[in-house]
Amino acid sequence: MGETVVDLLPEVTWVGVLIKAVLILAIISALAGFGTFIERKVLAFMQRRLGPMHVGPYGLLQIAADGIKLFTKEDIIPQNANKFIFKIAPVITAATAFIALSAVPVFPDFTIPEFIPVLGGVFVPSIASDLNIGILFVLGMMAAGLYGPLLAGMSQANKWGIIGAARTAVQFLSYEVVTGLSILAPIMLVGSLSFVDFNNYQHDEGVWMMFYQPVAFVLFLIAGFAETNRTPFDLLEHEAEVVSGYATEYSGMRWGMFFIGEYANMITISVIASIVFMGGYNPETMLFGFSIGWLLIMLKIAFFFFLMLWVRASWPHIRPDQLMWLCWKVLMPLALINILITALVVMV
Amino acid sequence: MYEIVAFYLFSALTIGLFLITVLSKNVLYAMTSLAAGMVLISGFFFILGADFLGVVQLIVYVGAIMALYSFAMMFFDATRDIKEKNTNNTLVFLLGGLSALVLVLMFAAPIYSDTIVALYPMTEGVGNAQDVGMVLFTKYLIPFEVAAVMLLVAMIAGIILAGKKMDESLTEDMSADDEIMIVKDDK
Repeated sequence: MGETVVDLLPEVTWVGVLIKAVLILAIISALAGFGTFIERKVLAFMQRRLGPMHVGPYGLLQIAADGIKLFTKEDIIPQNANKFIFKIAPVITAATAFIALSAVPVFPDFTIPEFIPVLGGVFVPSIASDLNIGILFVLGMMAAGLYGPLLAGMSQANKWGIIGAARTAVQFLSYEVVTGLSILAPIMLVGSLSFVDFNNYQHDEGVWMMFYQPVAFVLFLIAGFAETNRTPFDLLEHEAEVVSGYATEYSGMRWGMFFIGEYANMITISVIASIVFMGGYNPETMLFGFSIGWLLIMLKIAFFFFLMLWVRASWPHIRPDQLMWLCWKVLMPLALINILITALVVMV
Repeated sequence: MYEIVAFYLFSALTIGLFLITVLSKNVLYAMTSLAAGMVLISGFFFILGADFLGVVQLIVYVGAIMALYSFAMMFFDATRDIKEKNTNNTLVFLLGGLSALVLVLMFAAPIYSDTIVALYPMTEGVGNAQDVGMVLFTKYLIPFEVAAVMLLVAMIAGIILAGKKMDESLTEDMSADDEIMIVKDDK
């Protein structure tokens, strides 16, 4: 056993995978917390307010205050609730969101620079597990994440919760078809289900997928908003209608886990949209002699995250029946026509 | 080595979860363990290297069981145990035993056959999804198309059944009120 930790790092050794998994957990959880702050600030500016300003400089420490509040709040489980299911529901949401992130590449593969001690010169593939069916896996995992709200709503013996759970089922059955069909057209062009292949395809063609497949891009974004319960489609917990929907009886960290999951899903959707439709990371994009692919994809992800907040500030949310009407009668036929045309073009 | 550990882990978990599905009287436990069991079955596909089928199993059953949940939501109080109406124990025992026997025979039969060979081994150099596609659209094209037609028939039937009186309001429909009144009178 002459191997050191460094020798185990490259490729898919278990140490490398473990480190990446811990990094994903830590960074995305922190980003989810920061996301709430960004969301409040961006919404505030769009509505000509200031947002959180009092805790720390420019309100930056508001995240810490919220975190302390979430962790120390009393953990209440309603008397008539199904306690076991009630307890695991938030975990499902958070866990599936992180599992989904394990199969998306965020950066190009890179080598750790030599001047860093111990780890210098190690080649790091950026993706935790490069499945050759990556897209399906991520979408399937995000779909499984909706079991969280569903079980939460059904287990809590609360009428608002049941309504929230029913809306979860409705929303899931509506958008799932559109997500799958909209992303099918780009898959047909690329001929692979791997994110890395998508990135390389756009790199080779020199054109972003969103210019080849504008319809699929828009459809995927709309379905993505539904998938992450963002505002035009936040039926599950719309305060003005169903108190808090599936999250009515939750408090403290259990409630917090739902939100970490939701923000992690927002990031996942942003990453998918950036890689599949907007060129992803391109390691050969140069600026002043430096490879800036990693920076560009961060900007793209940040843009999609911002877009979700922008839409939330701009549009009111819609009714459940309007969501069903939209998904089944408008978006699904559009997606099918898009696939048909793409198939004809690919065939000819 | 890892495969064996994973196989036994998944097997034990799957059997345990499906046992809960059958034995539990709480609809929420039954549905949840069913969903979890279906998700774990995809683990077997991953162990066998059939990534595509594994993910399909995941996606299809997550959606299918979500629909089952909505039925459970409509018919049962999810937080209470259900009192099962069981009129004839002998019949239940016989039917259950027989179907179990048939299943065991069906799945045990190939063990005693020497003619089992893989008819369509993996094609070298193509991915999982392509391989499934090749077999599906050559050898099994007709069953595939028949299944598609069956689904279309089911969909049209569903739309026709559900679509009746869709343009009328349920709350303004007097006949619905009458039905509710009758049920009340019975009680």
